[in-house]
Amino acid sequence: MKIFSLAVKNLVRKPVRTMVLAMIIAFLSLAVFGGSVVVLSLRSGLNSLEARLGADIILVPSEAQSKVSFQNMFLQGTTGAFYMDENVLEKALEADGVEKAAPQTFLASLKADCCSIKIQVIGIDPEQDFTVQPWISRSLSREMGDMDVAVGCKVEAEVGEIIRIYDERCKVVARLETTGTGLDTAVYCNMETMNHLLKAAEDKGVSHKIGSGDQVISAVYVKVRDGYDIDSVNSWLNGHIRKVTAVRTRNMITGVSDGLAGVSRTVTFLIAAVWVLAVVILLLSFVLIIRERSREFAVLRLIGASRRMLSGMVLLESALCGLLGGLIGVGVAALLIFPFAQLIESTLNLPYLIPDMGKILLLAAGTVLLSIAVAPLSGMMAAYRLSRIDPGTTLREGN
Amino acid sequence: MVIKAENIAKRYFRKTGRANNFFAVKPVSLDIRSGGTAVLMGRSGSGKTTLLNMLSGLLSPTEGRVLIDDRDLYSLDDKALSLLRSEKIGVVPQGRSAVDTLTVFENILLPAALYGRAQPEKEAQMWMERLNIADLRDVRPAELSGGELRRMAIVRALAHNPEVLFADEPTGDLDDENTHLVLSAFQEYAHEKNKAVFIVTHESDALGYADLVYRMEDGNLTVERQ
Repeated sequence: MKIFSLAVKNLVRKPVRTMVLAMIIAFLSLAVFGGSVVVLSLRSGLNSLEARLGADIILVPSEAQSKVSFQNMFLQGTTGAFYMDENVLEKALEADGVEKAAPQTFLASLKADCCSIKIQVIGIDPEQDFTVQPWISRSLSREMGDMDVAVGCKVEAEVGEIIRIYDERCKVVARLETTGTGLDTAVYCNMETMNHLLKAAEDKGVSHKIGSGDQVISAVYVKVRDGYDIDSVNSWLNGHIRKVTAVRTRNMITGVSDGLAGVSRTVTFLIAAVWVLAVVILLLSFVLIIRERSREFAVLRLIGASRRMLSGMVLLESALCGLLGGLIGVGVAALLIFPFAQLIESTLNLPYLIPDMGKILLLAAGTVLLSIAVAPLSGMMAAYRLSRIDPGTTLREGN
Repeated sequence: MVIKAENIAKRYFRKTGRANNFFAVKPVSLDIRSGGTAVLMGRSGSGKTTLLNMLSGLLSPTEGRVLIDDRDLYSLDDKALSLLRSEKIGVVPQGRSAVDTLTVFENILLPAALYGRAQPEKEAQMWMERLNIADLRDVRPAELSGGELRRMAIVRALAHNPEVLFADEPTGDLDDENTHLVLSAFQEYAHEKNKAVFIVTHESDALGYADLVYRMEDGNLTVERQ
């Protein structure tokens, strides 16, 4: 029975003491892992939102901003619709510094007999679109045909299913990967399908047409050529295209960024507070353990254990407690965070996308390693004091 | 093997009357030789345990030196001194001296187990039977009486076959029958295995088993019977 096996026996045969230490560390590891996953998920959500928006500027009808909050549309999937002539696209493409421009058309389905679900429908031009199409291509290798739709991951419809939108039957051909944004609650189709749906909606008395053209669009997504100043292009578009507002996408997500920074600060503060608290409690626990175990260590010294052996045993025991606590903390955090991701998302009202499994595992491993390190660090003083114990005096004191 | 103490003393800084120094043990010299049992008698507080601790490598003297096989015990580094204690010196301390998380048998084998040496299971079993604790082999120390714990500590010291065995009040918790068992076990161990046994006690029962008797009074050591 060398020191390792003695340390394991000490832990196993003093389960209450072991569990108290492990639970303190579990608390720490829960805060670190849970907090980090939440912050990372928020960052991933923001990155995903940026990627999905994918444009530097969005052109929308001037009155759109009074009709719907863009932020709510993109973050929470609030339905909304506004329209303008499709010639806005051509005008945008004429602007100096515009590298790409692609239209999108929005339609809100109704919560009524004519529609299976109340949902935001987004029409895209697959050939021009550079924001949503790359995302759709990851789930659908071919182009969407007429009356085909791709659905966001939170839409309750399976591939192959038929959904009704204004009594038009649309076939679900793909379910898209999660983005953690309001785009997950939308349905996507090509412009031909959108025109059918717009007409069907009009037949139901939901009028969309504004302006003089046959075709309407809701927004134009603009990518500014490298080397051009985005603000200048934005100003030019605002000044040269009538009844249209050019909005910088960065401004749209500034609120989200600020919210994220606030949540990150709060979580970081909480993690730091839990750290300090846990380390103080651990230090106090080890002080109590010194008192409780001084006789045991005196016996070990008496029968020939060196100081190094005793320090090693204390550090090993605390590291094993750290491992146990770390695993418990990560496990509990995972049980709280992953099944309740939706609740966290809606509570924070921020884009929330859980990072991929690789990152999660890395974070979990890092947290467990941290837990393994923090316990021996807190127990170093105890290890030093216990290893310096005077066996003769200690054994007499207890009589 | 011989343990030789040369003018060892233990002085504490404690205000006693007019003096700031208090001698728990005043300078003493003695040899502990193999093949016999030495008994150190004396009243409580006379310095017996302090002397035992200095001789057994547990307490560094403030003066003098302790030689074991001509090596100064306290000039060794902690690792060497610990190994020496584990291999050559057995100590039965006063009071409880068990690791509570281990069974009686695991406690007995622990000195060898700590260093990964072959564990003297047969010796341990034999001494457990001799001292009537064989049936307590798998019991945890918390369930033992004071006398059983004391006998466990004695078996732990004997089973590892130390060159010198120090026992501090080994019969304090024992009834007459077990006192006789323990003292005769010590005597047999010293004589038949040619080892040294050094017993510290204030009970006169031990005198009948002693080859050499010391007495200690106020830190002064005298030879009472040779």
